[in-house]
Amino acid sequence: MKETLSSTLENKNSKLDILKVRADFPLIAKNKVIYLDNAATTQKPKTVIQALTNFYENSNANIHRGVYRLSEEATEAYESIRKKVARFVGAQNGASSIVFTRNATEAVNLVAYAWGEKFINAGDEIILTEMEHHSNIVPWQLLTQRKKAKVKYVPYDPGTGKPQWEALSSLMTERTKLVAFTHVSNSLGTINPVQEVIRSIRKLGSPKILIDGAQGVPHLPAHVDDWGCDFLVFSAHKMLGPTGIGVLWAKKEILEAMEPFLGGGDMIKEVSLETARWNDVPWKFEAGTPNVADVIAFGPAIDYLEKIGLAAIGRHEQELTRYALGRLEQTPGITLYGTKTAEERCGVVSFNIQGVHPHDSGTLLARENIAVRVGHHCNMPLMKKLGIMGTTRASFYLYNTLEEVDALIRAIPKIQKIFS
Amino acid sequence: MGEEDLYRDIILDHFKNPRNKGAVADPDIKVTGANPFCGDEIEITLKIQNNRAETLGINAQGCAISQASTSMMSEALQGKQLNEIKDAIAFFRDQMLSQQTKDWPPQMEDLESLEGVKQYPVRVKCALLAWNTLAEGIKEFQAQGNQKVAARHVEGEQ
Repeated sequence: MKETLSSTLENKNSKLDILKVRADFPLIAKNKVIYLDNAATTQKPKTVIQALTNFYENSNANIHRGVYRLSEEATEAYESIRKKVARFVGAQNGASSIVFTRNATEAVNLVAYAWGEKFINAGDEIILTEMEHHSNIVPWQLLTQRKKAKVKYVPYDPGTGKPQWEALSSLMTERTKLVAFTHVSNSLGTINPVQEVIRSIRKLGSPKILIDGAQGVPHLPAHVDDWGCDFLVFSAHKMLGPTGIGVLWAKKEILEAMEPFLGGGDMIKEVSLETARWNDVPWKFEAGTPNVADVIAFGPAIDYLEKIGLAAIGRHEQELTRYALGRLEQTPGITLYGTKTAEERCGVVSFNIQGVHPHDSGTLLARENIAVRVGHHCNMPLMKKLGIMGTTRASFYLYNTLEEVDALIRAIPKIQKIFS
Repeated sequence: MGEEDLYRDIILDHFKNPRNKGAVADPDIKVTGANPFCGDEIEITLKIQNNRAETLGINAQGCAISQASTSMMSEALQGKQLNEIKDAIAFFRDQMLSQQTKDWPPQMEDLESLEGVKQYPVRVKCALLAWNTLAEGIKEFQAQGNQKVAARHVEGEQ
């Protein structure tokens, strides 16, 4: 964490050189599309793409197996990313607590199976918020159905755009075994005060705490040691990295107490015809050949974020968000969702053009070469609470510009004219 | 057909002024359909006489494409024999799902405007919802020996 902090401090006063940043992203540099769908996935810098090509051209070998040089080098490169990832999310005890999965969704499912099957019993309770992505709802529904346990929700308040955290004190009981919530809402951008919420949970009881960092880790510094959570999940592809890589960080003693998730090669120390002995963590949870190339290419993505600094990226996103919210507020016939101020959100504006279905807005924006996400954003319970079928969501990252926000705003009256 | 042709006046006219709006009283067929992905929802009610769709009522909410397609369908199929309706449904599905398109028959000419939807493959199911829903209603009605049916809920798929 120290290194992450110092790198962000170094960049405290720097401003993004946006043209230079854009030139680093081949797809962005082509200027063919105004890409405002970063909460879905982000574009990749050259260094990430080159790392993939380089691995297959020069370093490809299976890991943890070969006694030859190439395999040893691949193993070393793969394992070095674990250290980098641990440092990036503020985990001092480091690499042995980082498990690579396919995506954040798989990481949640891993916890629901490998931890949940062992530690959740009939009558136990899991608390989520109404703001969660389906990936932080459905695995818990499946688990509680299997176990005859119960899911409870911290209500979302459409007035403030935030979960009603004060409800925790009445929701939590001695049967509450897990509280799982997102750092940042994927559909609204609402930032949850992780540290504060964890403190109030700890005052009320001792459930395990899982943070969904899919939308948080790419934008805001994560400090798992300081936060005192038990699990953090996130995805590489939402933070400039390749698709196919998710991360589970968990306290080491919890990982050690958990049962394996998938069985197979690499997750064992010894197998007989009757039984097997598990490998140490984190390898106990990485059965079979992992996604070696993409893990290795995740490294340069983190390097890139650290080079620019999350502080500078955050300030840039704030500027874009504040500007977009201001322009949208001034545009007649727009309904905005989420928190009132840009400071309480993380690079997302979610809105509807009155009288226009979000799928029509999305198709018409696509005609203007503007890529946004429309629909329920895998937040169907939240959309139901808001009484809508979906929204139009623009989500920003370090390479977006105020001009791109202008293009979005300029397209709105054209859509309104078509539907007038 | 160019992309600029998608939100044509004719589609917007059907969206803003849907034909055959409402439910028919004492329907012989009542069937509902939805695309959970988009939130499109429709209810179709039909009064059948001598194997003919005498009156047809539509309640729909959702995107312009699904609503316009529903309205155009109701206009094109009102008063038609059930077998003609089944043929029209098969024809429309084929027009939406195949690369090649055939000439549209005169009674379906408004529907030609929906060809632009093919530029946006994820939206094709919006255009198809009403047709798939009606097909299910008729199938159920005939399977029950032309008895009154409240057919099962149809979920959008292509």
